[in-house]
Amino acid sequence: MFVEFVISFFIVLAGVFGLVGSFGMLKLKDTMQRLHAPTKATTLGVGGVLIASMLYFLLVKGSLSFHELLITIFLFLTAPVSAHFVAKTYIQAKMKPEQLPGSEGEYGWAIYDDPPAYYDND
Amino acid sequence: MIAMALYFGFACFGLGIFMCIWRIARGPTAADRILALDTIVINTIALLILYGVHKGTAIYYEASMLVAMVGFVSTVAYCRFVLRGDIIE
Repeated sequence: MFVEFVISFFIVLAGVFGLVGSFGMLKLKDTMQRLHAPTKATTLGVGGVLIASMLYFLLVKGSLSFHELLITIFLFLTAPVSAHFVAKTYIQAKMKPEQLPGSEGEYGWAIYDDPPAYYDND
Repeated sequence: MIAMALYFGFACFGLGIFMCIWRIARGPTAADRILALDTIVINTIALLILYGVHKGTAIYYEASMLVAMVGFVSTVAYCRFVLRGDIIE
C-alpha cells in the first residue's frame, strides 16, 4: 500500500510539472521567456516519471533496471545544448548586432563575428 | 491507485502535447516552433515510459531512448538549418 502511494505520488508530481511546463508555452509572452518553461517538463516531469517507473519495476515487479538512468543522463546532457541552439536561432532572427550587449570578451558574438584567427591554423 | 495515477499522467502529458501543437501553429518565429517540437519530444518520452509502466513491460525504455536521441538530433539539425542554411558545413 505504501509502495503504491509513493509510486502514484511520483507519477502525479511528474504529470503536474509536465503540464505546467507545456502550459508555459501558451502563457509566457516572449520567446526568451518561453525558453524557460520546458525545462520544468524535462527535469521534474521526465525525472519523476523515471523515478516512478524505476520504483515500480524494483518494488512491484522485482527487477532492477538502469535504463532509466541512461535516459535521465541523456536528457540532462542534451537539454542545455538544444536550449542554447534555440536561443541562438532567436537572436539571429530578431536581434540586430547593435542591440546586443557587449560580449565582455576578446571577440564578439559567435553568430555575427568570425571565429578567432587561431582556429584557422589547424 | 497506480492505475488512476497513470491515467492522470496520460491526461497531463497528452494535454501538454496539444498546448505545444497550438504554439507550433501560432508561434511567430522559427525558434518558437523548434522549442515546441522539442517539448513535444519530451512529453512523448514521458508518455512512452508511463505506457511501459501501464503495460508492465520494460521494452518501452529502448523506444523512449530512441525518441530522445532522434529528438535531440532533429532539434539541433533544424536550428543549424535556420542559423546557417546548412546542417553540416
